[in-house]
Amino acid sequence: MSHAPTGVMERPQPAPPAPKKSSLGSRSLPRLAPLGFAVVAVALGVGLSLAAGWESRIQWGMLSALFFLVISYVATTVVENQRQAKDRLATSVMWVCFLVAVVPLASLLWTTVVRGAERLDGYFLTHSMAGVLGFEESGGVYHALIGTLEQVGIATVISVPLGLLTAVYLVEYGKGSLAKAVTFFVDVMTGIPSIVAGLFILSIMLIANLEPSGLMGALALTILMIPVVVRSTEEMLKLVPNELREASLALGIPKWRTILKVVLPTAIGGITTGVMLAIARIAGETAPIILLVFGSQLINTNPFEGAQSSLPFYIYEQYKIGEVASYDRAWAAALVLIAFVMILNLVARGIARWKAPKTGR
Amino acid sequence: MASTTPTDTPPAPPVDRPTPRSTGRMGDKVFLGLSRGSGILLLVIMASIAVFLTYRSVIAISKNEGNFLTTFDWNPAGDPPVFGIAVLLFGTVVSSIIAMVIAVPIAVGIALFISHYAPRKLAAPIAYVVDLLAAVPSIVYGIWGALVLVPHLEGLNLWLDEYLGWTYIFEKTEVGIARSLFTVGILLAIMILPIVTSVSREVFLQVPKMNEEAALALGATRWEVIRLSVLPFGRSGIISASMLGLGRALGETMAVATVLSPNFLISLHVLNPGGGTFAQNIAAKFGEADAFGRDALIASGLVLFVLTLLVNGAARLIIARRKEYSGANA
Repeated sequence: MSHAPTGVMERPQPAPPAPKKSSLGSRSLPRLAPLGFAVVAVALGVGLSLAAGWESRIQWGMLSALFFLVISYVATTVVENQRQAKDRLATSVMWVCFLVAVVPLASLLWTTVVRGAERLDGYFLTHSMAGVLGFEESGGVYHALIGTLEQVGIATVISVPLGLLTAVYLVEYGKGSLAKAVTFFVDVMTGIPSIVAGLFILSIMLIANLEPSGLMGALALTILMIPVVVRSTEEMLKLVPNELREASLALGIPKWRTILKVVLPTAIGGITTGVMLAIARIAGETAPIILLVFGSQLINTNPFEGAQSSLPFYIYEQYKIGEVASYDRAWAAALVLIAFVMILNLVARGIARWKAPKTGR
Repeated sequence: MASTTPTDTPPAPPVDRPTPRSTGRMGDKVFLGLSRGSGILLLVIMASIAVFLTYRSVIAISKNEGNFLTTFDWNPAGDPPVFGIAVLLFGTVVSSIIAMVIAVPIAVGIALFISHYAPRKLAAPIAYVVDLLAAVPSIVYGIWGALVLVPHLEGLNLWLDEYLGWTYIFEKTEVGIARSLFTVGILLAIMILPIVTSVSREVFLQVPKMNEEAALALGATRWEVIRLSVLPFGRSGIISASMLGLGRALGETMAVATVLSPNFLISLHVLNPGGGTFAQNIAAKFGEADAFGRDALIASGLVLFVLTLLVNGAARLIIARRKEYSGANA
């Protein structure tokens, strides 16, 4: 009788005095240790760089990052174990990667804002470069603003309907080889370099003997914009729940009205976001403008005839002049362009969040 | 007698009840036609890009006295017009490779950081910051690269020359500021980071939770989870993301045109100023080109077009094939 209980009792006994310490009981670094490592690493990195007389902050940062990786690896190996150390190393590498990506963005935005603000004022926004020589302090960006708005406007007017219809075709009707081909080539088209789109319109201009004008630039921008619109609209239409379509069709509403009155309105927030992001992308394109619009110092409000300018082209033009005053103008125009693009981006994402279709996830 | 009532009533209901103001047939046909038409129009545009560029290129190449593939010169306005893409092809490929070598590991790191490491609350803002990098116009990268990055890289160049000069690649034989293919590569790396990051991030987020949880249940650390379940699953995604980035890097114009000080020499000393890329050459030479010169530039653009088409097409095929068997999207 007493054998059974002892037999049962014997089994669990080897477990409590386990030979290996469980991971819960082993020593581990405090949670804020990485922060401490980072402080030590930066101090070492900056100190050594100063001692060695290096000037570039990039080198300071790279050295500090290296110290950070080494310190956290060694410390974890000593205190914890090899596996934890590798894990810690990987975590540190990820953090460093992220910081490495943030540094150029921060530097770029900072430089643009600081350098651009020097020259940016009401005068700059409302005057053209007519009669202004490169080294002179005056002049402005008005003609380029008009050019950009008109070219981007025309491109948007052409590519939004085309893009929407194509996306509707792909999502609502598309089956078979034609839809597959369109999907594939839309994807490939997203990767067309802007300069190639420019060359394509240029070759048409050479054949048809057309003069450079804002319209030609807008056509090249259209080629760049359509695939972006198609892609984003497609994604959004796919998010529209099928129940909505079925409910509408079950009421006897023809398919085209279902699409126009049910599917598109449901997805309109996402579609707007996509279009605005596409506009933000093409507003910064320079290469096609160099080839097709030619650039001008004067205000030309007619996009269908004569050379125009545009913001990105203006920046390039001023940069190439290479005078102090022209660099200032280039930075100020860059600030205007970045502000334009960033505002579009922010508003677009705001709309996306506000109007996001409820997918239930 | 009885015939009056039946004849009176039957015609009335059919007129009243169905009231088919529109069956939608016509509308459906028109709408389908429109949407299919715009799909077809896209295909036509793609085809005509190829056709028109080829047509102008044939005109240019037929009059070229040099060898289009091997000539180290670009002088279509010369008496015997001579131009070749050897230097451009070399510069384009080398700068893109440098960009890939720098950008892909960092981008994968950031993608993992966002998907697996960052504190949950920080992940979305960080992803947004990375997307902002993509929103910055390339010309702004260009002037930032030329006026800020180039001076900053002087020190790094000297350092590389001093300690890694024996590799030949990092030997700096010419004195001059850092307007080199190497600097261009670094700038391109910054520019392609966002696309590589966002595509890889999407893939990492699709890794079946079961796989990760299984690894965790076996006692794996976070890094081991990533090495055992996330990276194997995401490998093809990383490859295609890199190729999409490569496509961007190959065709980038303004950043290269502002940073590089071009010449028509092939040199593996990537720190030396000089070299050129397709897109940069087109932007730089267009202003002075006559009609024939433009055709010559179009010919070089055709090569760039084919190059990016191949790279992007391959990337998309890899993504599409992955989607079919991953089951993650089902």
